[in-house]
Amino acid sequence: MDEPIETAATKPRPTRPGLLLGAFALGCSALLALAHAHTRDLIAQRALEDLQFTISQTIPAELYDNDLLADTVELARDDGAPALTAYRARRDGSITAVAYRWVTEAGYGGPITLVVGIARDGRVLGVRTVSHSETPGLGDKIDIRKSDWMRSFNGRRLDAGNPHEWAVRKDGGSFDQFAGATITPRAVVAAVRESLTFFAENSAALVADATGVDAPEDAASDAPAAGAVNNAPPTPDSAEARSDGE
Amino acid sequence: MANDIGRITRDGLWDNNIVFAQMLGLCPALAVTSNATNGLGMGLATTVVLVLSGVLVSAFRRVIDRQVRIPIYVLLISTIVTLVDIGMNAWLHELHKVLGLFIPLIVVNCAVMGRAEAFASKHSPLAAASDGLAMGLGFTLALVLLGGSREVIGQGTLFADASLLLGQAFAFLELELIPGYRGVLLMILPPGGFLALGFLVAARQRLTRAGQPRAAEPVPPIATETAK
Repeated sequence: MDEPIETAATKPRPTRPGLLLGAFALGCSALLALAHAHTRDLIAQRALEDLQFTISQTIPAELYDNDLLADTVELARDDGAPALTAYRARRDGSITAVAYRWVTEAGYGGPITLVVGIARDGRVLGVRTVSHSETPGLGDKIDIRKSDWMRSFNGRRLDAGNPHEWAVRKDGGSFDQFAGATITPRAVVAAVRESLTFFAENSAALVADATGVDAPEDAASDAPAAGAVNNAPPTPDSAEARSDGE
Repeated sequence: MANDIGRITRDGLWDNNIVFAQMLGLCPALAVTSNATNGLGMGLATTVVLVLSGVLVSAFRRVIDRQVRIPIYVLLISTIVTLVDIGMNAWLHELHKVLGLFIPLIVVNCAVMGRAEAFASKHSPLAAASDGLAMGLGFTLALVLLGGSREVIGQGTLFADASLLLGQAFAFLELELIPGYRGVLLMILPPGGFLALGFLVAARQRLTRAGQPRAAEPVPPIATETAK
């Protein structure tokens, strides 16, 4: 720092440091603005691709032939949360399934964002975690890349007879908890259950279309095949089989 | 110059290691090192920023006024971090999905500021770049050691999920050292970071002292800067 600065020879004007700082701030802002303008569209495109990829994991490809991201419906939430965007899967024009984001605040490390895919008849097609901050090695088994646990939702439904099953084993339900982490799976199970309640309450708006009321039966019977695409047994039986093994 | 580079490298990797000797950048170092892979990711991302900020600060060192140097360094470093973040998001999206988590954390790494002030502002851009590289690799080494030791004790694995960070070609790094091990949860949680750091610093101190004559009690080369 004792190195002579060019201005040391001339008598520095007191305004110089201020101007210099201003010039740097201007230069940095200009750079950032340029970079932002240059990458904004690319980044938006990447975010869309990510969303598309996640949704394509929750709704099997044979259930739709439309552009999911273009076929959306906005639903207001009565609990004051921001409006929910549902992506609708159509095959031959009639809606076969919907997918939407569902956020829970009950995670151990912060909010957990899920995407749930639900068939027209209310059966879960697939659930994936989009973002979470759960403890690495314990709660992060909700990431499909680390564990198959998320597949235990495949093929399940929520109806009048089984609300008690929608809980982790420790709470008397039928979902496995993780060794050392109960809060995370508990939060995710509750969130998926809430999202199914939301589906039941809003199914008219979610799957309303003019045609093909009978079509979903076929679609629903496709669902096990959907599980096969995911390389996992899709039915609740698989979860029960696991419980017997314990 | 060759001598200088040797000195700079030795300094960055061991003698004046950011984490073990300077005790800087502990906030990101402790926060992300629950496994070796995260440590590696954070270390590499920080290295890129250290090199770029070193070169920039050094290039402007004759222009920057002493009185306003700190705010200017803050501006330069935060601009670089933001540019790296959005650039990676746009062009290296797969990598960004894995490393993206760490990049904003680099802004709070006072080691970047420390190197700008202590080295880059007094040396040529080439020297500053080598210093950034050496310091960054030293930081990476420290984080991998920290993350690795926590991961082995806490989880019984090493470099778990390395293929997510580095690609499938590096799947061979993923080791399950102790099959069926239940793990010491404490080491994965934040207190484990402090414990592991304490033991590693003590081990390094011992190694350093072993190489020196007993009479001269070594004074650790820690500057008086406050660590964040």
